[in-house]
Amino acid sequence: MSQYAIPSGWETVIGLEIHAQLATRSKIFSGASPAFGAEPNAQACAVDLGLPGVLPVLNEGAIRMAALFGLAIDAQVAPVSSFDRKNYFYPDLPKGYQTTQLARPIVIGGAVTITTGEGKQAQEHTVRVTRAHLEEDAGKSLHEDFHGMTGIDLNRAGTPLVEIVSEPDMRSPEQAVAYARKIHAIVQYLGICDGNMQEGSFRVDANVSVRPVGDEAFGTRTEVKNVNSFRFLQRAIEFEIERQVDLLESGGEVVQATRLYDPDRDETRLMRTKEEADDYRYFPDPDLLPVVLDQATIDIWRKELPELPDAKAERYQSSFGLSAYDAGVLTSSRATAEYFEAVIAHSGIDPKLAANWVMGEVAALLNRLELEIADCPVDPDKLAALLERVGDGTLSNKLGREVFEALAEEGGSVDAIIEARGLKQISDTGAIEAMVDEVIEANPGQVEAYRGGKDKLFGFFVGQVMKAAKGKANPKAVNDVLKRRLDGE
Amino acid sequence: MSSNPQQSASGDSELINASIAQLRQRLESGELRATELASTFAARIEAIDPRLNSLISRVDPVGSADADGRLAGIPFVHKDIFCAHGTRTTCGSRMLADWVAPYDATVHDKLSRSGAVLLGKANMDEFAMGSSNENSYFGAVANPWDEKAVPGGSSGGSAAAVAARLVPFATGTDTGGSIRQPAAFCGVTGIKPTYGRVSRFGMIAYASSFDQGGVLAKSAADCAEVLGEMAGFDPHDSTSVNRPVPDYYTTLDDSIAGLRVGVPKQWFSEALDPAVGDAVQAAIDELRAAGAEPVEIDLPDADLALAAYYLLAPAEASSNLSRFDGVRFGYRCEDPKDLQDLYERTRSEGFGAEVKRRILVGTYALSAGYYDAFYLRAQKARRLVAEHFDRAFEQCDVIAGPVTPTTAFDRGAHSSDPAKMYLEDIFTIPVNLAGLPGMSVPAGFVDGRPVGLQLIGRHFDEARLLNVAHQYQQRVDWHERMPSIAVDSSNQ
Repeated sequence: MSQYAIPSGWETVIGLEIHAQLATRSKIFSGASPAFGAEPNAQACAVDLGLPGVLPVLNEGAIRMAALFGLAIDAQVAPVSSFDRKNYFYPDLPKGYQTTQLARPIVIGGAVTITTGEGKQAQEHTVRVTRAHLEEDAGKSLHEDFHGMTGIDLNRAGTPLVEIVSEPDMRSPEQAVAYARKIHAIVQYLGICDGNMQEGSFRVDANVSVRPVGDEAFGTRTEVKNVNSFRFLQRAIEFEIERQVDLLESGGEVVQATRLYDPDRDETRLMRTKEEADDYRYFPDPDLLPVVLDQATIDIWRKELPELPDAKAERYQSSFGLSAYDAGVLTSSRATAEYFEAVIAHSGIDPKLAANWVMGEVAALLNRLELEIADCPVDPDKLAALLERVGDGTLSNKLGREVFEALAEEGGSVDAIIEARGLKQISDTGAIEAMVDEVIEANPGQVEAYRGGKDKLFGFFVGQVMKAAKGKANPKAVNDVLKRRLDGE
Repeated sequence: MSSNPQQSASGDSELINASIAQLRQRLESGELRATELASTFAARIEAIDPRLNSLISRVDPVGSADADGRLAGIPFVHKDIFCAHGTRTTCGSRMLADWVAPYDATVHDKLSRSGAVLLGKANMDEFAMGSSNENSYFGAVANPWDEKAVPGGSSGGSAAAVAARLVPFATGTDTGGSIRQPAAFCGVTGIKPTYGRVSRFGMIAYASSFDQGGVLAKSAADCAEVLGEMAGFDPHDSTSVNRPVPDYYTTLDDSIAGLRVGVPKQWFSEALDPAVGDAVQAAIDELRAAGAEPVEIDLPDADLALAAYYLLAPAEASSNLSRFDGVRFGYRCEDPKDLQDLYERTRSEGFGAEVKRRILVGTYALSAGYYDAFYLRAQKARRLVAEHFDRAFEQCDVIAGPVTPTTAFDRGAHSSDPAKMYLEDIFTIPVNLAGLPGMSVPAGFVDGRPVGLQLIGRHFDEARLLNVAHQYQQRVDWHERMPSIAVDSSNQ
């Protein structure tokens, strides 16, 4: 993460509103599928179209998922919650109102712990969640391809969302990103959201304000929308902080407004000011009964909670001896943790070695290929087979990386690749001694200099031996033998 | 639709006056064919309705030949607020003047399964907003008893059609009295069940927390038969109640001896036309003669109920009617300049004056800064009204009183004064606020215009209401009287 420094003398206050699309099989108030990517309007039924006479029926799966989220962040799951109508006109809002929960949300309170920085700089921070509520998504307006007209796609209309509203507890873009990542991890661990930010399954709006250090009162905030990656979240907040500080330092004022982040220009643009905002005329939706949850049901759901990121990270530290940082990285997404656990499920794999490889080679590979870990060309079984050969000394780390690349590019089995490429490491002491002796014999001048006190020449000898061994000699054995021969004789 | 040219255009009077049970018997015995029955009523519609304008659309009868449900072969019309797949469903509005429903309302589905045969879609006040049927884009409806008079509303077409014997029964909806008031004005029997008894799915919403479907027919017995087929839990309507539907027909003959009939003293005030009051009092005396025990009860704050209703119902309506925006279906203005123009002109041109008035009132009541003063206070008044009923029902088993302060008024009489028109609903609205079942039962005439007796029951006590109404109808013949428009035609 880039190291961003807030302008000196200023402090930022950030709160996030996160919309997570719930992974239900049908929409929140209709039986239509919410799956992404269908032909426009192929997944919009009479209810989604808001035809005259239709009525909503609440999807109970969405209630359960929202409640699971509440339990996961140690919030109160409301025994009674209810739906309200938020009234406004927009072409992709079929009914002329959005059904949401204003007065009585299903999740109240809760908090998550985030960590920013590494090693000694690592800092823990608690971010409180104000509330999380259920609501329906709107459709999409398509402004391209219609020559001066707008197309409406209502496939997304009625998709269940849980909107997670934080307290303004974050004081840096890094904290905001760490919080968003933590919520992202939690909803994925719970299996209630696929977390796909490109497809809009997980959307983050940031409320950003600045104030002089030491001030108690919050500054005027802006809400930044249209942020569809964690990197853009960081950038959008940085931009907004700079913009607001510049304004205030030059004697201007921040206007309460909604702004859109433009990733191409890396800036935020005014969308509407508070004065232009609609009066939404909220009132209780008379078509839906209050959602009443008894304690027994909530208790059953609590038992369904999987091991969550924080608990998993604790376990990785205590059971595997991983550092807090490594445990945090490995548990930051459910898919990464699942990959790691699938590797160490093979007997004899050192968890620390596995952790290094997952965070090193695997992460680099995925980064290069722009793939998710679930699609990693080297599956956990193969990585385990590879680590077994590294662990038993057959492969050096360097040769291991070569085998890993081969696995990624060509597939096949670890042992077959070692065999075919002759990559087996030379650990046989006799063979190494012979190579060392040859090197010493061939370089009398350097031997003399080394023995005369030029310690740095040791690396030269290692390099010569490795060269003779075509890189396949066990480095530790080479070191041992060289030391014995050079120092001991 | 004269599939049987031998048949007189208006049918025989025995057929048009027959109860649903009698029609069923004749159909089952093979003496009468369902197609014949449908043609008879279709021919009556053809002959008589041009004078009434009670229907917006006529529907060719389908199915029914092999149906064996309770209503197999029985013709009916829907208030044009119910979606029936493939039928134009206008809700009395220009906004939906050409809209063909692509799905069935649950009520239509249930009636179809029972074998009932749809002959048309009845006229109504636009989006069920009105008490005179003068707010229809498709024109006013004449009262069959006196063509100068309104039929009441909003289910005016349904009430007029049944009164003129154009069909054995019609569906209706009642948000603030829209079944009971037109039933009273047209001299037919109508029941608005408990909120949640009949599914609202496919019934175009006016005010969701009040709207309730029901039936208008010649008698309480016919209402009992039809309601039993319409009612019941619907998984598509979250506010429908999951509770068994009794066979209302089997308890019609129960004795009402000892039944405590509550008579709200506040309802017999100067607001009530004395002649109407006398007719209602005579009906209550008839109940006493049948063994019931009238008791005076306290039911205050009818004016409060009226005020609360005319805030809450428009508030809900303002939101429910937002979907009519010209984007996906229904009326769209010509050549919109931009989105704002599309919205403004579509809604200005597509909605009538009363609908626009209520949308404005409702929008205002929900606005920031007014919500607490209007919407929330009205909700409190609503709870208060419900509590008044709860207390009243500690002293009685049913409540009896007038349906309306007057008999049917002349067309145009209230059109310049909406507040006066709203007063028409003063005795019906409290029932909707409390979600209780209510009936209107023909109880005589004043100057040739019908008077209705209102019966109100506890939640889900429809069986009792129908029982009391039926027992009353065993002793009187008001419900059997026919307006001359129906009789003249049958004598043609």
